[in-house]
Amino acid sequence: MSEVNYDYKTKELPKSVFTTGIALLIIGTVFGVIGLYLDTQRFLLNYLLAFALLISVGVGALFLVTLEYVAGADWSVPIRRVTEFFSSTVPYLLIIGIPLLFNIGSLFHWSHPEAVAEDKILQSKAPYLNTTFFIIRFFVVGLLWTLFWFLITRNSRKQDITKDQVLTKINIRYSAIFIPVFAITISVASIDWIMSLDPHWFSTIFGVYFFAGTVLASLSAVTYAVVKLFENGYLHPKITKDHLYSLGALLFAFINFWGYIAFSQYMLIWYANLPEETFWYLNRWEGMWIYVSLILIIVHFVVPYSVLLSQPAKMDPKRLKFAALWIIFAHLIDLYWLIMPNYHAENSNPWVYLLEFAFPMAAIGVLCIVFYLSYKKSNLLPLGDPKLERGLKFKL
Amino acid sequence: MEKKLFGVAAIFTTPDDIINAASSTVKKGYTKYDVYTPYPVHGMDNAMKLKPSKLGYLTLGFGLTGTFIALFFMWWMMAMDYPMIIGGKPFFALPAFIPVTFEVTVLLATLATVIGMLTFFFYFPNNSHPVHDTSFMKKVSSDKYGVCIECADPKFELEGVKEFLTSVGGIEIEEIYYAVKTEQRIFDPKFITFLIGVAIATSGGIYFALNKLMYMEPFTWMQTQQKLSAQAETKFFTDKFSMRPKIAGTVARGFIPYEYKGLALPPVEIVNPSVPDEKNLALGKKKYLTFCSPCHGNHGDGDSRLRGQFPNPPSLHSLKVREWNDGNLYHIIVNGQNVMPSYESQINVAERWAIVNYIRVLQKAKNASPEEIEIARKEGK
Ligand code: HEC
Repeated sequence: MSEVNYDYKTKELPKSVFTTGIALLIIGTVFGVIGLYLDTQRFLLNYLLAFALLISVGVGALFLVTLEYVAGADWSVPIRRVTEFFSSTVPYLLIIGIPLLFNIGSLFHWSHPEAVAEDKILQSKAPYLNTTFFIIRFFVVGLLWTLFWFLITRNSRKQDITKDQVLTKINIRYSAIFIPVFAITISVASIDWIMSLDPHWFSTIFGVYFFAGTVLASLSAVTYAVVKLFENGYLHPKITKDHLYSLGALLFAFINFWGYIAFSQYMLIWYANLPEETFWYLNRWEGMWIYVSLILIIVHFVVPYSVLLSQPAKMDPKRLKFAALWIIFAHLIDLYWLIMPNYHAENSNPWVYLLEFAFPMAAIGVLCIVFYLSYKKSNLLPLGDPKLERGLKFKL
Repeated sequence: MEKKLFGVAAIFTTPDDIINAASSTVKKGYTKYDVYTPYPVHGMDNAMKLKPSKLGYLTLGFGLTGTFIALFFMWWMMAMDYPMIIGGKPFFALPAFIPVTFEVTVLLATLATVIGMLTFFFYFPNNSHPVHDTSFMKKVSSDKYGVCIECADPKFELEGVKEFLTSVGGIEIEEIYYAVKTEQRIFDPKFITFLIGVAIATSGGIYFALNKLMYMEPFTWMQTQQKLSAQAETKFFTDKFSMRPKIAGTVARGFIPYEYKGLALPPVEIVNPSVPDEKNLALGKKKYLTFCSPCHGNHGDGDSRLRGQFPNPPSLHSLKVREWNDGNLYHIIVNGQNVMPSYESQINVAERWAIVNYIRVLQKAKNASPEEIEIARKEGK
C-alpha cells in the first residue's frame, strides 16, 4: 500500500463565517422578537419552525455520522468531520427549545384542560398528550441525542491523537444503538412538536416523513459546506469529485425517498377518504394554502430531482451547491407547510408576516456559529481513523 | 474449422497493475481493446477514459414513453371510453394512477436498457465472444485481471503489442483465436427446443408447486360464502335446486295482473292512463323497437324481419286498428292474438301503455291530413 500524506495543515476558516453567523443570529432574533410582540401566536409557530430546522440539521447530521460507522463506508471518512460539526448543534437544542416549553399553552390546543374536557378525542389522547409528559419527553429525547453526540464525537476526536483503532469499534457499537434510538426519538419529536399542533389528526407515516426531510436538510448542509471547502482548498487534496458524487447521489436518493413518502401519505389518506384524516389536507387546500401545497411538490421534488438527475450534475460543484441550498430552502417551505396552517387568528396585520424570515435566519446564524466554533476545536481530517486511507483513495 | 486471430491478451495480478495497464494502453493510442476483471474495479472508467454510456438516453426515452403511455391509457379507459365510479373518486383519479404510471415507466425503462444493451453492446443474437472458453477467460473471471488488444485496432502489430504488454507488467501473454462461424448458434433448433423445454418445465413446476403442492387458504370467508349459487346443486332443499320457483300468488312490481286475460276482447273500454309526453313516447319507441318491430316492422307496416320464419302480421295502419280504442291494443299486447304470443311477462303495465301511445304516433305519421302537416311544419318539428 502506498503512503498517504496526512501531513497537511488545517487552514483556518475565515472569521467572516463567525461574524455572519452572529449578525444573522442578532438580526433574526431582533426581528423575531418584534414579531412576537406584534403577533405572539404566529411568531411562536415561527420560532418552532426554526427549532425544527435545527433539529433536522443537527440530529440528521448525527444520524449521518452513525450511518457511516454502521455501514462501514470508506468514502465519507475524510469528510466526516464536516458532518460532525453540524451535529454539534444537538446540545444547543435543549436550550433553544426551552422558550417553547414556556409557551405550550399558546401553541398546543391539547394543553388546555377546558378544551380537553369537552372533547372525547382529546380525552382519549390525554395520557400521551399532556403537559407534564410532553416536557419529560422533550428532556429525555434531547438528553439521549446529546449523550450519543457527546460519546461519538468525543471518541472520534480522541482518535486523532491516540490513533487507537478500538475507538472506531466502540463508535460502531454506539452507532448501532443510536440508529433505533434515533428512529424512535425523531418520530416522538416530530409527533410532539408538529403533528400534535393539530391534535385530532394522525398519520402513522408522519415520523418517516419528517425523517426524510431531516436527512435531506442535514445532507444538504453537509454537501454545501463540503463543496465550499473543496472549492476553496480547505479539504485534503486527495478528496476529489468522486467524493462529491457520492454526496450528490445520496441527495438524489433521499429526494426520491421524500417524494415517495410524501406521496404515500397523501395517497393513502386521499383514497381512504376518512373525514378524521382528510381534514388536515383540506386545511392545506384552502385559500392561499393550495398554492403552497402545489409549490411544495415542485420545489421539494420536481426541481431538485431534475437538477440532480444527470450523472455530471452530481459531481459538479456549482450545481451541487445550488441543489444543496435549494433543498434547505425546500425543507423550510416543507416545515412552513406543516406548521403554519395551524395558525388561526382573524384580525392580524398581514404585513407582519413579512417578518417571518426572522427566526429561520437566526437558525441559519446558529448553524454558522456552531460550524465555526467546532471547526476551530478539531481537525478537518479524522487523522486516526483506520479507514481514512481507503477513504482518501476512494474512486468511483 | 478455420481459426482466426482475435487479439493478444495479457494477465495482471493486482488491481493497481490493471489500472496502470489500462491507462498505458490508452496513452499508447490503442482504441480497440478491452479490460477484463472479476469484479468492478474502482477508477477503471477514468483509466480507460471511457465516456459516459449513451444507453442512459435510451432508458430516459423509453421511461418517458412509459409514463406517457400509462397516463394516456388510464385516462382513455377510465375517464373517456368506459367511465366508472370507483370508490367515489373522480374518473381521472390521478393519485391512484401514479403507482401504475411509475411502474410502467420503470418497466419500459429497464426493458429498453436490457434489450438495448443486448443489441448494441452484445450484438444480439450473437451469444458468444472470442475470449470465451479460453484459459485467459478462466483466470480473469476468478482472481486475475486482463487486457486484450484486438487485431481490429489500426495500430495492431503482433510483436509490437506483445512487447508493449510485457513492458507494462503483463504476464502470460496469450494469442486469442476464434473459430469463424457462419450460422448463429442462438437459432440452433436444439437450443430453441431446449429453451422451450425449460420454459414448460419451470412454469409447469411452479404452477404445480404453488397451486397444488403448497396451496392453502389463509382465510376462506370471501371464497366460500354461506350462500347458494344459481344453477348449482344444493343439499339444502329436498329437490336439490338452489333456484326456487315463484311462490304462488307473487306479483312482480309493475306487473299487476290483467283482469280480462283470456277473453277475445275487453268487455268494457279500458281507459289509457298514461300521458303521451316526450319521455313516455321515447319509452314506447324503445320497447316497440325491441319487442314488436321484429314482426310488425319498424314503422308498423307488417314488413317482418323474420324472413318467413313466422307468418307476417297485418299492417298496424289498417282502418280497423286505427279505429280501435287504446284498451284494445293493450289487450292484444297482454293476450296475444291467434299466432301472436302474449307479451304479458316481458313488458310491464307502464311500458305496454307507452307502446300503445307510440303505435298511435306511427299511425298519425302515416295518415296525417295536409292541415296537420302544415301545423307540424310551422312548429318546426
Ligand atoms: C312474433 C311476431 C310478432 C310480434 C313480436 C308481435 N306481433 Fe303483433 N301480431 C303478429 C301476428 C302474426 C299478428 C296477426 C295475428 C292474427 O292473425 O290475428 C299480429 C297482430 C297484432 C295486432 C292486431 C292487428 C290486426 O290487424 O288484427 C296488433 C295490434 C299487434 N299485433 C300488436 C303488437 C304489438 C304492440 C307488439 C309488441 C308488443 C306485437 N304485436 C308483437 C305477430 C307479432
